[in-house]
Parts: sequence; structure tokens; C-alpha cells
Amino acid sequence: MRRGSGRPEGAPDEAPRAAATTRSGTPIKAVYGPEDVRQPPPPPGTFPFTRGIYPDGYLGKVWTMRQYAGFGTPAQTNERFRYLLGAGQTGLSLALDLPTQLGLDSDSPEAAGEVGKVGVAVDSLADMETIFETIPLDRVSTSMTINATAPILLAMYEAAARKQGVASERIAGTVQNDLLKEFGSRGAWIYPIDPSMRLGVDLIEDTLERLPRFHPISIASHYRDAGATPAEEMAYTLSAGIAYTKALLARGLDPDRFGRSLSFFFYTYANFFEEVAKYRAGRRIWAAHMQAIGATDPRAQQLRAACVCGGHSLTRAEPLNNLARLTIEAFAVACGGLQSVFTAAWDEAFAIPTEASSRTSLRIQQILALETEVAKTVDPLGGSYFVEALTDDMEAAIRKVMETIEARGGMVEVLRSGWLQTQIGRRAYEWQRGVESGAIPVVGVNVHRSEGEEAVEQQELSKDAEEKKVAELRRLRAGRDGAAAEGALRRLRDEARGEQNLMPPIREAVFAYATTGEIAKTLEEAFGSYRPPSRF
Amino acid sequence: MPLRSTPHRYVPRVLIAKPGLDGHERGARVIASALRDAGMEVIYTGLRSTIPTIAAAAVQEGVDVVGLSILSGAHLSICEKLRDQLDEMDAHDLPVVVGGVIPMADWPLLASLGVRRVFGPESPLEEVVEFIEWLVEPKAFTAPGDGPTAEHHP
Repeated sequence: MRRGSGRPEGAPDEAPRAAATTRSGTPIKAVYGPEDVRQPPPPPGTFPFTRGIYPDGYLGKVWTMRQYAGFGTPAQTNERFRYLLGAGQTGLSLALDLPTQLGLDSDSPEAAGEVGKVGVAVDSLADMETIFETIPLDRVSTSMTINATAPILLAMYEAAARKQGVASERIAGTVQNDLLKEFGSRGAWIYPIDPSMRLGVDLIEDTLERLPRFHPISIASHYRDAGATPAEEMAYTLSAGIAYTKALLARGLDPDRFGRSLSFFFYTYANFFEEVAKYRAGRRIWAAHMQAIGATDPRAQQLRAACVCGGHSLTRAEPLNNLARLTIEAFAVACGGLQSVFTAAWDEAFAIPTEASSRTSLRIQQILALETEVAKTVDPLGGSYFVEALTDDMEAAIRKVMETIEARGGMVEVLRSGWLQTQIGRRAYEWQRGVESGAIPVVGVNVHRSEGEEAVEQQELSKDAEEKKVAELRRLRAGRDGAAAEGALRRLRDEARGEQNLMPPIREAVFAYATTGEIAKTLEEAFGSYRPPSRF
Repeated sequence: MPLRSTPHRYVPRVLIAKPGLDGHERGARVIASALRDAGMEVIYTGLRSTIPTIAAAAVQEGVDVVGLSILSGAHLSICEKLRDQLDEMDAHDLPVVVGGVIPMADWPLLASLGVRRVFGPESPLEEVVEFIEWLVEPKAFTAPGDGPTAEHHP
């Protein structure tokens, strides 16, 4: 066992002299010069958008500060949302509990002990109405981290807006609706891969027409938090994006139309320059792909992205150090030119954040936006010999991984075979071994560490949330028009066996106050359930 | 201590399971890889395994240890159910270890449910490997069933 605050054996000195690499293995030279810049990138807002998708960067509008919140009951979530809007937050992000994500009602036996734990439980339209009570849905935008049950939750959100008198075309936000990364890394799947893709694409197709201000998918990079390197993260996520564009083209949809509605979600850790280069390179590759499939509208070629700062980069040891990491990470995102940022809380390795810790995380972004110059000029690192060269190197590294995936049949096939899951698991294992050998320094964990664990104040979750939720659900089932709900579910079952878009029958079931669990189960009867490959 | 020098080394069989609804399996996969690299035979149940499935797999496969990965906060109810299930199947001696985000305040409760050891996100892999080798060590010398008892817990 290592003890004390000295450096671990094998760890580099404070100022490493030997040739370094980024975390994805890209070599970093000691000194960069003009000879390392292949070609200066074109101005911001022009193809291939290396320097950002807008000509005026954050000058017109600073990035959206969107903190993930939602826990316990719908009423508690409503209270937290109103607090965050009052504190100056500019968009809402709804966290849902695991039963809701997996299509289980709060009174399902499998849900016992998990109701309201990692997010709020939404059993029916009634819960959605409570969550957004007195919050005008034509004036806020809401991001929902929901995938397998995204069609149900989006239908509920739209219905809740209608009940406020807000027309569907006025609501704005994003549903994650990215099933591929659930199979690859996040694990919240229900149905097999093919019907999952169908449902996801049904949602996109329906939304393009009916909810023009809504992003119907956020192609997400949870592969990173499961172990992938930054280059692999971008490669896997863009490969998933390519799989979705293929499916949309197969439905005869216009790339100039759907290209404007696709959005992405990434992880940002404290490897500052590599993250900046990752985003610049990713925009280039995506723009080229969209152009290749026929998109000519620049908006349809742009990689619009949100991100989370935190995740696996945060440590349980000396948790206040995480504030430093989060600051570096948010700074990297701002230099990388993303559209929306969620800074996790420093205490997330312990529990759901407290009100104070989530406020401090929001403050990190506000300090960056208002007290530094990062939002006052576009792409402030553009032209740096190092950053431009690293962007080129990252682009090459990302493309190489994408080519491997294409050669194996594309993203859907590498997930079906389990190849991708195994790759990610291997990287996670390599990382852990690197941390334990000292080859990968993590301050406070394997280098400069102090003894003992610091006491951390933890957010108390109300113990009776589950009981309350179950009681509410029973009241709802008793009070609704049972025949209407049953009729809507029957129609959904019939249509799921055909090929029509399933959004209209799902909306109908939601309006009849059919529950999340009832709708999900009806679809499962038609689709069956997924069985993951068991190798690791 | 590890039995690497024993000529006919006993190969421990370990079941790694991921009960509950949580889908983050990074920890479970890393531990499974580490145990396999240490020469153990590892069976991984995959996500959302139910308690009856885990207990049945453990008994049918004749594993020496069951390792549970739990991040959702539901560790107490999961371990209680597993204990009941193993008792029912007459496998109450089967050692159970838990890894995940488990508050220290809950460790004694887990011990009372028969959990031999709790590992956290920053437990070194080596420590996990050594503990499991220590748990199964007597099997290399004695008949099956004479495994270490709770009194020998360090």
C-alpha cells in the first residue's frame, strides 16, 4: 500500500521532460511551431466548422447553462426547477429515475427500492403536469435524459404543454433518444437493437414535422465514461450518428431537414487541450459526413453539441479538488465552442448533489462567462500551433477508429457482436491498472494524497417518496377512464406489429393517462426484450 | 497469501453479478478482467440480474465466491434478498463480497447479512484479488465446504 503524500513509484515528475502523449495516445511534442500547422482553418461559422458553428461564437448568445436535476417526487422536482430558474439557469434538464427509464411503473416489483432515487419517477401525464406546474413551457427549453421510453416521455411533455395552452410547435428542448449508446455503454435498454432503432427513428421522423423547435435525438458519448479514450469517444459517437443518418435516409427523409435537428452530447474531462482538439476535429468530420450524404444547408452540416463536465474524472478522495477539475473542464468546453454545458457537482461521487453544491457548479460556468474573456472572442485558441496540430492529429486518430467500425459493418453490427463493449471494457481495465501503477497520475488518489476521508454533507432523500408515488399511481389508475386507456393500448399493440410510425398511438395512450409501464409493456409484447452478449 | 507457488493450484471460480436496474457496468467489467488475469475462472451475469438468477447461477456453477456490483444505493435490500435466497438453496456458506458506492455506515449492516468484504471505487485491484485468493485458499488443501468462516475475517 502506498502511504503519505509522495509521488507513487513510476509516476512522472512534476514537470515531465520525456515525450508525452495525450490520453488517447497521440504524441505531444515539447515545442510546436508554424511548421506544425498544416493549413490554417477557415473562419468560424464556415465549413467544416473547425472554429465553431457560429461566426460570432458566444458573442450573440453564451452557451446554455443546463444543470441536471430531478429527484424524489414530481412536486420536489418542480420546486428544484423553480429554484434553478430563479438562480439564473437558462434551460431545464430533467433526470428520470431508473424505473421510468426502463419502462417500469413505480409499483412494479422490479422497481422496489429504486423509485425516485436517481431522478424523478414519471408514471403518467399527471406527473409531467406536476413537474412543470407554473413553468411556462413556451419560454423554457427542457432536455430529458431518456432513451428506451423517450417516445412516451416526449408525448407526455407535449401533452403537458397543451394543457398549459402552449401549442406543440412552440415547445423546445431535447430528448436523448439514443439507443445505440445504451447497448454500448449505459445499459438502459428494453427492446432488442432493431425495434429500438425503429422506435428512435419513429420519434425523429414524427418530431421533425410536428415539433420544429425540439431536438429529437442527442447522440451521446457515454462510451467515454465507461472507459473509451477521447478519440474513441468521438469516433463511437459519430459512428452512431452515421448509423442514424443511414436509417433516416432509408425512410426517404431529406438530409437538409433532419441534419438541422440532430444534436450530440459529450463528456469532458480535465485533459484540457485534447478535449478542445476533440471538439474541433469532431465538427470537421461530421460536416464532411453530412455533406457527403447530400446536406447543402450549413445548419444541416453543423455538429451542435452539449456536454457534461465531471463523470469519471471526479474523485471520491479529497472531493473539493473536483471543483478545480470542473473549472478546467468547463473552460475546455468554452474553448471548444459547444452549445450547452452541464457542470456536475463536486460531491457526486457520494450522493445526489445538495442545493449548495449544484449552485456552485452553476457558478463555475457563470464565472467563466462573465469574469473571463472566453466568451468575448470566437475560438480563442484558434491559431495556436499546438491546438491546430493537435486538432489534425485527433482528426486522424478519430477517423482511424471510425474506419475500423465501418470495416466491421458499422455501429449497429459492432454492438450486436459485442466487439465494442469488449473494447470499452478493456480500456477501463487499462485505465485502472495505469492509475494503480502510478503511470496515470490522479491528484489526491495516487499522488499528493492525504490520509483519511473527509466528511461530506449529503442530500437526504425523503424515505417516503416511493410510498407516496405508489399511492398516487393507484389513485390515478382508479380515477381515469379505464376503457379509454385500454382501447389506446390495444391500438398501440396492433400498430406495433405493423410498420407505421408509433408516435400517434403512443400519444393517444398518453392522453388517456395510460402509464409509462403499461405503454412500455405493450411494446415489449410486440418486440420482445434484449439479451446482451455476456462476454466481458 | 497467494498460492502462485503451489504446483497444482486451485483455480477459484467467481461469479460477478450486477443486480438491480443500474446499467453502469464499468466496475463489474474491470473486476472481472482483473480476476481473470489473476488466473481465476470468472462468470459475469450481465446487467439487471435478478436475485434468484444470481443465486441459481452461483449454485449451479459451483462458484467459490459471489461478487456483487451495486451503485444504485439499494445494497441493503439486495444483500438481504440474496442471503435469504442462498439460505433457501442450502448455500449459506457461499461467501459474498460487494463492490460499489457503499457508505461506510452501512458496512456493519452488510456484514450482518453475511457480506465478507466491501470494496469501494478506489480499492486497488490487487487488494480484491488477494482477498478472494485468501477466501478460497483453504480449498486448495481441504475438502470443499470447509471454507473460511466469518471468525477468520481480518
